[in-house]
Amino acid sequence: MADDKLMTMREAIAQYVNDGDTIYLAGLSHLVPFAAAHEIIRQRKRDLVFCRPTPDILLEQMLSVGILRKVEFCWAGNPGIGNLRVFRRVVEKGLPFPVEIEEYTMFGFTARLLAGAMNLPFMPVRTNIGSDLPAKNPKIKTIQDPYGGETLSVVPALRPDVSILHVQRADRGGNAQVWGITSDHRDAAFAAKRVIISAEEIVDEAVIRADPNRTIVPDFLVSAVVHEPFGAHPSYAQGFYDRDNDWYQEWDRLSADQAAVDAYVAEWIDGVPDRAAYVAKLDEVTKAKLQIEPAWSGQISYGVYK
Amino acid sequence: MTDYTRAEMMVVAAARELRDRDVVFVGVGIPTLATILAKRTHAPNLWLLTESGIVGAMPTRLPLSIADPCLVTGTQAIVSTVELFSLYLQRGWIDVGFLGGAQVDRFGNINSTVIGPYEKPAVRFPGSGGACEIASLSKRTMIIMPQGKRRFVEKLDFLTTPGYLTGGDARQRAGLLGGGPSVVVTDLGLFRFDPVTKEMYLATVHRGVTVDQVRENTGWDLRVAEDLQVTPDPSEEELRVVRELDPTAHFLSREA
Repeated sequence: MADDKLMTMREAIAQYVNDGDTIYLAGLSHLVPFAAAHEIIRQRKRDLVFCRPTPDILLEQMLSVGILRKVEFCWAGNPGIGNLRVFRRVVEKGLPFPVEIEEYTMFGFTARLLAGAMNLPFMPVRTNIGSDLPAKNPKIKTIQDPYGGETLSVVPALRPDVSILHVQRADRGGNAQVWGITSDHRDAAFAAKRVIISAEEIVDEAVIRADPNRTIVPDFLVSAVVHEPFGAHPSYAQGFYDRDNDWYQEWDRLSADQAAVDAYVAEWIDGVPDRAAYVAKLDEVTKAKLQIEPAWSGQISYGVYK
Repeated sequence: MTDYTRAEMMVVAAARELRDRDVVFVGVGIPTLATILAKRTHAPNLWLLTESGIVGAMPTRLPLSIADPCLVTGTQAIVSTVELFSLYLQRGWIDVGFLGGAQVDRFGNINSTVIGPYEKPAVRFPGSGGACEIASLSKRTMIIMPQGKRRFVEKLDFLTTPGYLTGGDARQRAGLLGGGPSVVVTDLGLFRFDPVTKEMYLATVHRGVTVDQVRENTGWDLRVAEDLQVTPDPSEEELRVVRELDPTAHFLSREA
C-alpha cells in the first residue's frame, strides 16, 4: 500500500515551495496548473525563479504581485491572441516590478528539462545557430562533437527545486496519469527535487494499475497530492472541460490596464481561500459553456497471466 | 467572382503552396488556418503537426491555440514536446515549417523577439518558441505575414529565426540542415527566393495591388520577377472554407 500524500493545496504549497525556489509549472496550454499558481500568489512566496516554456496568463498574475526574481521561458505570448501585456510592461518598462529574463527556444527549453530529467549537465540541440539569441543568453554555448568534429549548440540542464503538475487523475500516493497533450509533464517531474501533483480526480491504485501505460509519473517521485477539480481553468483538462478561450481574449482586454489586473488578483486570487471557492464564484454560463460531450477511447486488453 | 479581402487572399495563396502528403509543422494563428484550408481543399492527405506534440490533427473547429483540445480528439498520435522536436523535427521528418513573424528581411530571416535593443526593447514580442528550430530543420520554410515598411525591413532588430542569413551559401556554411524559406506570402503579394543569391523577389501581386504599392511597403530596394504575374483569385470553395473556419475573422482581422 503506497503512502497517502493527499493534502490541501494550501498545505502542499506551504510545505514544498520555499522562498527563493526555482519552480517549474508544467503544461503547454493543456493542464496549466492555475490552482497551484494562485495558491503560490496567495501565500506570497518570494524571490522565485519561474520556469515555463510558454508562461501563459499565470505569469502575468505572478508578475503583478512581484514575487518573481527571474523568468525562464521560450514563448511569452497569449496563444492565438497576441502578446502578454503585463510581461511587456515588465520587460519594456520594469513595471510594476522588474524581473530578470533567461530566454531559450522551445527545443532548447524542453531539451534543458530532459537533460535535468536524465541527470546530464547539458543537451546538444540542432538549433540556435544563426540566431541572435546565443549572443544574449551566454548559457547557450557550443561544443565540438568528440566523434565527428561538428560544432553543436548546447543548452544547460534545468533542475527545478519543485515541479507542479496538474493531471487528469492520480492515486493518493502520487501515481499520475495524463492523456491528450502530455507536453513537458514527465520531464518536469523527473528533473525536479520535489513534485506536487494536483488532479481532477483521485482514484484507487487499482484504476492506475489497470492502465499502466497511461502513468507518466510514478508515486516515489511525488511529495504531495492535491484533489483539485477544475484546477486548470482557464486552461483545460482533456476529456473533463474545454479551454476557456473567451477568458483568454478577455484577459487581453483587461490586462491593458495594470489596475484592472490588480483588481482581478484582489478579487479572484487573494479574495478567495481556495480553488473550490474560485469555482463556486465562476458564473454558471461559463461553467456550462466549458462542459463537453464524452469521446471514449477504445479498450485494449492487458491480459490475465497466471 | 465573390469579393474577398487581401487577408483572405494571403491565406489562400499560402495554402496553395502546401502539397498533398506534406508533413507540415505549423505555428499558431494564420499558418494553422492556411494549413487546415489546404487540408480541406487540395491537400487532404497532409499531416498537420503542432509544437504541443500533436501529429496528424483533424481539427473540428479552428484552434485558437496550438494546444487546443480540438486538435487532440481524433488525431493520429500525441508525443511530448521534446519528442516532437527531437524525433520528428531534428531527425528530418518535417517537409514544411510554416511560420509567421513580426519582421522579415530580404534573406527570409525572421524577428519575433523585440523592436529596439534586446535589453530595453520598445516592443517585446513573445520570442522564438519553436520557430528557430522549425526554420533550421524543416526541408522548406513558408512565411506568412501582413506587409508593411516596419515589417519588411532592411535590417532586423533581432534575428530570432534563420532564413538564408546573409544570402548566397551562408545558410549551408552555418551548418543548418533544413532547406530554408521557399516562399513569403503577404496581403500584397507572394515572394520567392533567387536560387543563387537567396534574395527575396516579388513573384506575384494580388489583384488590385501595384508593384509601386509593394515597393512602398518594403524597406529595401525590392527585386521584381521579369514575368511578374497576378496571384490567381481565391475560388468560391476556398473562400467558403476560410469563412467557415474563421467566421468572426478573428485571425484575419487582427493581422491584416
